[in-house]
Amino acid sequence: MKPLAFVEAAVKGPIFGCHMCGQCVLHSTGLTCPMNCPKRLRNGPCGGVRPDGHCEVVPEMECVWVKAVERSRRLPWADEIHDLRPPVDNRLWDTSSWRNLVTGRDKQAPAGWHVEA
Amino acid sequence: MSRLEDAIRAGRFVVTAELLTVDSGGLDGVRERFEPYEDFADAVNATDNTAAHAHASSVAVAIALKQLGMEPVLQLVCRDRNRLALESDIVGAALHGVENLCCLTGDDVTAGDEPEARRVFDLDSPQLLAMARALAGGHYLSGRKLEPAPHLFLGAVENPAAPPYDYRVDRALKKVAAGAQFLQLQICFERDHLERFMQEAVSSGLAAKAALIPSICLVRTPSALRFIDEKVPGISVPAEFIERVESADDAEEACFQVGLELARHALSLPGVAGLHLISFRREAGIARLCGELAIPTRAEREAHGYRHPVAV
Repeated sequence: MKPLAFVEAAVKGPIFGCHMCGQCVLHSTGLTCPMNCPKRLRNGPCGGVRPDGHCEVVPEMECVWVKAVERSRRLPWADEIHDLRPPVDNRLWDTSSWRNLVTGRDKQAPAGWHVEA
Repeated sequence: MSRLEDAIRAGRFVVTAELLTVDSGGLDGVRERFEPYEDFADAVNATDNTAAHAHASSVAVAIALKQLGMEPVLQLVCRDRNRLALESDIVGAALHGVENLCCLTGDDVTAGDEPEARRVFDLDSPQLLAMARALAGGHYLSGRKLEPAPHLFLGAVENPAAPPYDYRVDRALKKVAAGAQFLQLQICFERDHLERFMQEAVSSGLAAKAALIPSICLVRTPSALRFIDEKVPGISVPAEFIERVESADDAEEACFQVGLELARHALSLPGVAGLHLISFRREAGIARLCGELAIPTRAEREAHGYRHPVAV
């Protein structure tokens, strides 16, 4: 891991449980990291959420997306939760999303991905 | 254009059914699973390793259905394959004339009998839909051309009865934005959740953008109802139903009546385009259910353009 990524991991790890996917979407997910979802879903909760709002896979954990949806509603940019987020670029793991944001690298979806992010 | 797409575009009431899982037995094994209700179904879902248990692949079963003259809906879950494998399965199935897709997230591997397996989830279901739409538009996800482009009719699933309840219609709308033209709703024993979902679906415009098809589950034994309640992720069965079938003299009939009651309720809701029928045992009454609901056969619906009476 490069120095900037190391710093990012040290800051965002304890606060958001950041997994260093290198293409941060916290802004549009109610500041809730979707990579904590065991299925790593980027576009909302699966159909397996338990009646108490907990995770299908990890029953003791509240569903990441239940939290994300609730928190996003308190943000001025609440509508961004509805964005269709592109598939994860698996080359970006453990790189700094701050750097990738500045360079625009994190917005590079595959050429066949025509849906507006 | 697939038979299902034709029916939905024409606004006809549609009946889909879920094929029991197939492991072996050749084409006869596939045929005997849909034969009891083949006169009613517009299309039959070839399931993809349901509840994270391995079975004959959904692609192979969909092709088998096609060969047997029954229209398939190819289910694809995101759990077992990365994006490359999903693309090749969609394109490969389309080579055999499989056009209807149902894109799901999929139960986690821990729900199955090989919980030590690696879970994939390279894509999520909205991303899978968008990728399938790209294929239908003539290119792979990379942008590489696919000529001639396969004709596809895309669908997905939404669960009206899983939290966050007030986000489910939004999530369905996201799937529609990603390309879904029909939504087979997850089995829902909780009438209030389905009611709320359908009302929001109509008021938000979702019902006008995609065909909404609630699922009805038919079981034959009270223990099956308990199993669904306890073991199937995302589905709860109200105690009222379990108690009723357990105390009934004729438990099998009581189980059927629960399905019939839920089907009648679903049909009374606004925005319902059809029914998706699921039985976990061979011939648990899908044809009988259609009869009791006075749903005409597929041939009659095609000839006379049946729409079910809209509830006021």
